[in-house]
Amino acid sequence: MSTLAAAVSAVPVGWLLVAAAGLNGPEVLAVLTRPRTLELLGTTLALAACVTTASVVLGLATATVVHRFEFPGRRVATVLVGLPLAVPSYVAAYTWLAAVPAVAGFGGAVLVLTLCCHPYVHLLASGALRGLDPGLEEAARAAGRGPWATFTGVTVRQLRPALAAGGLLVATYVLADFGSVSILRVQTLTRSIATSLDNSFSRLVPVTMSLLLVMVSAVVVLAEIRSRGRSRYARTGSGAARTTPRVALQGASAVAAAGGLVLLAAAALGVPLVSLVRWLLVGSSATWDPARLLGAAFSSVSLSAGGALLTLLLALPLGVLAARRADRVARLLEGASWLSHTVPAIVVALSLVTLTLRALPAAYLTAPVLVLAYAVLFLPLAVGAVRAAVAQSPPVLEETARSLGRNPLQVLREVTLPLAAPGVLTGVLLVFLTCMKELTATLVLHPTGTETLAMRLWSTTTSGQYAAAAPYAALIVLLAALPAHLLQRGRR
Amino acid sequence: MSAGLEVRGLRQAFGGAPVLAGVDLTVPAGSFTALLGPSGCGKTTLLRVVAGFRRPDAGTVVLGGRVVAGPGVHLPPEARGVGVVPQEGALFPHLDVGANVGFGLSRSARHAGRVAELLELVGLPGTGARMPHELSGGQQQRVAVARALAPRPALVLLDEPFSALDAGLRGSVRADVAAAIAADGATALLVTHDQDEALSIADRVAVLRGGVVAQAGTPQELYRTPVDLELARFLGAAVALPGDTDGEAVQTELGRLPLDRPVPAGPVQVLVRPEQLQLTDGGDARVLAVRFHGADSVATVCTAAGTELAVRERSQDRAVGACVSVQVTGPVRAWPTR
Repeated sequence: MSTLAAAVSAVPVGWLLVAAAGLNGPEVLAVLTRPRTLELLGTTLALAACVTTASVVLGLATATVVHRFEFPGRRVATVLVGLPLAVPSYVAAYTWLAAVPAVAGFGGAVLVLTLCCHPYVHLLASGALRGLDPGLEEAARAAGRGPWATFTGVTVRQLRPALAAGGLLVATYVLADFGSVSILRVQTLTRSIATSLDNSFSRLVPVTMSLLLVMVSAVVVLAEIRSRGRSRYARTGSGAARTTPRVALQGASAVAAAGGLVLLAAAALGVPLVSLVRWLLVGSSATWDPARLLGAAFSSVSLSAGGALLTLLLALPLGVLAARRADRVARLLEGASWLSHTVPAIVVALSLVTLTLRALPAAYLTAPVLVLAYAVLFLPLAVGAVRAAVAQSPPVLEETARSLGRNPLQVLREVTLPLAAPGVLTGVLLVFLTCMKELTATLVLHPTGTETLAMRLWSTTTSGQYAAAAPYAALIVLLAALPAHLLQRGRR
Repeated sequence: MSAGLEVRGLRQAFGGAPVLAGVDLTVPAGSFTALLGPSGCGKTTLLRVVAGFRRPDAGTVVLGGRVVAGPGVHLPPEARGVGVVPQEGALFPHLDVGANVGFGLSRSARHAGRVAELLELVGLPGTGARMPHELSGGQQQRVAVARALAPRPALVLLDEPFSALDAGLRGSVRADVAAAIAADGATALLVTHDQDEALSIADRVAVLRGGVVAQAGTPQELYRTPVDLELARFLGAAVALPGDTDGEAVQTELGRLPLDRPVPAGPVQVLVRPEQLQLTDGGDARVLAVRFHGADSVATVCTAAGTELAVRERSQDRAVGACVSVQVTGPVRAWPTR
């Protein structure tokens, strides 16, 4: 089962390797060593590094402020912090660009992508913060460390796996992002792959660049797996789990905490929402086509639900394996699923086009292929969630069930999965949300005659019809806000 | 007595370091046996091998006459019929108490009232609908015992099940669990590092030391006739005195003491338990300190020869610095000095 799941997720990389095998070696080398490639690589790495660093710092800060301090408006802030997940980065990019034209360029891309991506780190760090044994921090304080030294020396170290996992999500998102960098006019590897695909029939440049991108991503993935090391997440020791009490902030510090979160919400949510509402009001009713809007919404929801379900089915065996076995095979399989996540959606889409045309032409441009593309793209999100959830249920429960006469499959069904259910559900929601926002693969693979919210939004924006785009953008944000909110609640 | 569990020549190493170095252990059917050893001596490893969670490097495990682990044989845990009570109880948090106890039962057995019978047996009648987190630590541990006993396993393994409980609760839960296991007629192997626990509730004790069973027998045998001084010290407070023997009695600074078994003539180490010592007022020994324990007290005494002895006696108000004399009652055990 796990092998099948890993094999499915390896399709794009396999396609890439097959395609690369057909290329001429010296030509590939020439493409790799031209100054343009190095420039693209430099921009891509710099963008990924800046956004990841900023998102980790911001996500750690919001998680700490929301979970460790008490201040006026904390409950509202807790809900708002996770909601930017509902805003697709290309929506954020185009609303920011419309509001502040100067945002185009590298700095603007860092800003917009950080605003969109930091909730990934926030969600993972929040979960880890709540699971932390307060005894560790108390012991550090008792040993004479001040609050700041305790935070940096004990708390942040304990959060390291969560921060690394969040950073990985952000880094791979940035590496594969196409929509927002296009809007903000930043040249990255992913964007150049899409452009070169549009501009020529030769596979030389896109395949070479894709290989380069996959290698960069592989390094990022390996770094995260290494940082995870041998740590175990199940809580050990006896006694009831305690949580650290919140520190009440007063005066200037309370204002700073609340003000900072308001500023963040204004930037990440306010700018897109205000722009959307303004265009909704300004837009002439003639551009409104409620039937078309509803049809697109229905397609988006049903395709995303299918994608989330298939992803879950493939992620369960991989996630369980990754949580229960720390050996090389398990890491390899999990790493394989990450690799495909780092292949730009456009390459995933093209590999599936090639595959269906060769193997099953009848399936070309049908819903199942798009759903499969979603599963390939977002498998790691679900695998990560399943792994974390399973790792938190102590292995002793499974052993006890074995001693009571259950075989491994029965143990999985009766003990492991029921216990992991909340965490697994989180993963499904995250995948659903991400499918709703997905643009590139949807544009290439959408079934004939079907259009989704993201597709309509893209086509209207790129033709400059902001008012016509607004209802679609608003509906995406609205539909994605529900799972984003549930995610936040599940994590609290 | 037929053997409930027979372990022969069991070996297990972790990364080259041997943990079990040829363990032989017999648990008679119907007995409550304690496997006693210091922390990290491999007790839990042995238990995991018997349960089927680990595959041993060498050796055989025979359960009720059936080889469950040995050369070319490794039965999975679910096929062994061994109940396990883990250290922290490990109740399934998503199931209520009744479903936890009934987890290992067939549908028909569940309906035949076995669950209620067991909850009654462990002293928690009518709690079937409660969830594990609504129970205290001691109650959770009793439910874990009921769950392990429910399918009438050939053997119940208890992995330090009382160590997480506070001292006041430990005694009563321990006694209730031992009684419940006896009432159900089960065979049990308790793993513990607490010699008081092992001696008080088990009817057989095996001491695991250096990867092998150093001695096995009834609690009385082990306490009174340990195979060496180290084992004697592990099982309870002990005083070791140098002495000289002619083979029948031993001459020590506390006088000539009878031996419990013949020893070759020559220098020996003599084991004296604190409860074998008695103090009388007046003499050439001095009281250095007194520790009060309620029903009894322990006086530290320095003899004329400079040896310090701990003497356990019924609560006495002895003044520090008082002069006393020390007598020994009963025969003593001695080993030739090496």
